[in-house]
Amino acid sequence: MDQGIEFQLNGERVSYTGSATTRLLDVLRDNFALTGVKCGCKEGECGACSVLLDGKLVNSCMVAMGRVAGASIVTIEGYSKTARFAALNAAYAAVSAVQCGFCTPGMILASEAILAKTPHPTEEEIRAGISGNLCRCTGYNAIVTAIQSAAKEGNGLW
Amino acid sequence: MKKISKSVVKKDHQTKIDGTAWYVGDYPQAGMLHGRIVRSPHPHARIIEIKPYALPEGYFIVDHRDVPGINEVHIVKDDTPVFAVETVEYIGDPVLMVVGPDENTVLRIAGEIEVVYEPLPATLDVRDSITTFFDYNFGKGDPDSAFANADKVYQEEFETGYQEQAYLETQGMIATFADGKLSIHGSMQCPYYVHGAIAKALGLTPDRVRVVQDITGGGFGGKEAYPSILACEVAVAAYHAGGKPVRVIFDRREDMEFTSKRHPSLSTYRVAVKDRRVTAMDIDVIFNAGGYTTLSAVVLQRGLIAAPGVYNVENLRVRGRAMKTNTVPNGAYRGFGGPQTFFAVEMMMNHIARDLGEEPLPFKQRHLVKQGDATSTGGIYHFPVPLPDMIAEVEQMSGYSQKRATYNTAKPERFQRGIGISIWFHGAGFTGSGERDHIKAVTRLHKTTSGYVEILASQSDIGQGIKTTLCKIVANELNLPLERVTYNNPDTDRVPDSGPTVASRSLMTVGELLRRAAIHLRSEWKEGEDQTVEERFVEPDFVIPFDIEKFQGDAYPTYAWAASAVEVEVDTLTGVNKVLGAWASFDVGTPIDYNIVVGQMEGGLMQGLGYASMEQMATDNNGRIRNNSFSDYLIPTSMDVPVLEVKMHVEEYPLGPYGAKGAGELPLVGMPGAYMAAMEQALNRKIQHIPFSAEDALLGATQE
Repeated sequence: MDQGIEFQLNGERVSYTGSATTRLLDVLRDNFALTGVKCGCKEGECGACSVLLDGKLVNSCMVAMGRVAGASIVTIEGYSKTARFAALNAAYAAVSAVQCGFCTPGMILASEAILAKTPHPTEEEIRAGISGNLCRCTGYNAIVTAIQSAAKEGNGLW
Repeated sequence: MKKISKSVVKKDHQTKIDGTAWYVGDYPQAGMLHGRIVRSPHPHARIIEIKPYALPEGYFIVDHRDVPGINEVHIVKDDTPVFAVETVEYIGDPVLMVVGPDENTVLRIAGEIEVVYEPLPATLDVRDSITTFFDYNFGKGDPDSAFANADKVYQEEFETGYQEQAYLETQGMIATFADGKLSIHGSMQCPYYVHGAIAKALGLTPDRVRVVQDITGGGFGGKEAYPSILACEVAVAAYHAGGKPVRVIFDRREDMEFTSKRHPSLSTYRVAVKDRRVTAMDIDVIFNAGGYTTLSAVVLQRGLIAAPGVYNVENLRVRGRAMKTNTVPNGAYRGFGGPQTFFAVEMMMNHIARDLGEEPLPFKQRHLVKQGDATSTGGIYHFPVPLPDMIAEVEQMSGYSQKRATYNTAKPERFQRGIGISIWFHGAGFTGSGERDHIKAVTRLHKTTSGYVEILASQSDIGQGIKTTLCKIVANELNLPLERVTYNNPDTDRVPDSGPTVASRSLMTVGELLRRAAIHLRSEWKEGEDQTVEERFVEPDFVIPFDIEKFQGDAYPTYAWAASAVEVEVDTLTGVNKVLGAWASFDVGTPIDYNIVVGQMEGGLMQGLGYASMEQMATDNNGRIRNNSFSDYLIPTSMDVPVLEVKMHVEEYPLGPYGAKGAGELPLVGMPGAYMAAMEQALNRKIQHIPFSAEDALLGATQE
């Protein structure tokens, strides 16, 4: 009997009954209507579709559904309800780090992945941590500053 | 800092950061049809036949025979067909579209449909082209005498490559035809360009076309004219879709391979020098236009006007041609022709200085234009030119002169450093009399009975923050909290045509119209009443009218200025270089929002560095773009420029809102000149082309 692929999605237990080879990106967008997960290239190069898989930053276009069984997935839709997001949100807003916005949900989850691992990262650690997320608008300075500021202002959250 | 410069939380911040903002690809797809364009696999060929194909029920094909109006995309010269008719002119030229309910089935059919072609001879190299789309000639003074009397004449050729806009959101449109009206929404910079193009292609009166800009994930010029082309194709499909919406969203490869890019260029500079001073320039510029003209005329015009750079060259001859090749049509990209010629003139000045035994910076400083000088087109620099102060600022930030001297005497070791400087301008707003003769911008403010004020204009926020800055201007004049002023994405059913979101014009031109409208509304404000005021563009009095036939007059009312230094370190064993730092001073007048403007400057600067270095795009020997993914076309990451420092220098423009002038394009334009000057010092040799790869660095090293 096919129970489908069960996993945690933004804290809720869900099941997916399609092919195990389908991209997580497509399932999130098409089956669960989580369109905060952006598709910029579908080749694992741009990071716009970044999500957290068991707390690790992954390009959801590079993850087959078979890999997701039993895992916990967090997208921007789930993450945006957290206190950590609120801290990052305020920090990004203060320096206008959002321009076109297409990279932003992925960038926020990359920010989370950096701070979860290193609550007080150096600038080099921040730059390395977002290096898989392309942004064509900002030149990255504002994003780096925002993450530094979130680490400081959100002291204790991470 | 003026009060208006103080940063606010951007109007579109929240929905973008929490993922709830809908871009065109995010609309629910239930009930929609999907379209896939079948494109020419040949650079040049005659279409013999589209072989019959047994389509499943619910699927259909549209080609040029299904275009209900005129099969031309209205851009400047309307030579781009919606769908190819007799011939195809480049690899990717759209021939037909397959439309149907299941996307995978549509893709399969598009792959299986057979189009029979008879290949024709193709021109792939611009040097071989004999088809001139545009040929412009202008000048001033007496260049022939200056060359005859010169102490020395220098001549060099400079080459620049493609640049891909690489906005993170690919192109996309969704169209519906119902009750005799075509409605379309998608990713775009210029809703009224799309509107005009669809009306012509579908043969509809303007009131039967509605265009709405969706939240747009970056444009950089790539969504100026191309969306008109895609919109016409999707609109034709929708016209035959029985009322169902038709959706076309490009994947990254289709977007990179077949949408417009920055024109590759070849520029030959001949320069006369007498008494260690440049007395004349004779400049010949060739742009590779690609298969159709699209925006090449206007891109070329801007490039030519900027060709002598920020230098006062009294005797000048400029010739520029846009040549046809059987390659993807090139178009608008941030800077719009300026980056090509500014790279050439900056390198040329460096090389002449080097030959004269002088450091490039003082040599350039001796030639800078100043207020009151004549422009390349016999107009006038009406306002102060703050370059001397800006250069001093960059000196201070970067330590340019000291580093320059140190690196000049460096021992030949494996790691070599260099620092370079570049100086440039960007003409603010449309070239010539475009605003007066073609755009004729109209804006409105609508006040509701509850005292909210809505901006009615056709500017697209593509990330540059125009939603926020326009609202700030209106709120400031009306003394309202920012929340009480709103600006929705433009909808041609609701807003007048205030012109396209291009040419760094939106804030300077439309922002000023809205400021005046707000003053107007303030003077007539009646509490509790529904009120609308309107404001129309009027050309400033001081402008010397521009004659586009002769290239004479003020091409721009004013200029934004820039100076930048870049420091690099090259590993001469591998050719790999890294940018150690980039410093710049930018004058865009008063920043209407400090964070927003700095974000524009930093992002644009980074694109300029990418253009000169890692952003390598080329065609194969069949004319097909080879670099069609982010694996093959690299754009800067957060690791590439660790130090990036920008200073805003404010020289107010009295006719811009609160002294603001055009900003968006400026920071990109001259960056290649600074980067390559640094590379020249590190490698101790002349460089005449961009992009410049690690292989190029090695090639020179082994030759020397």
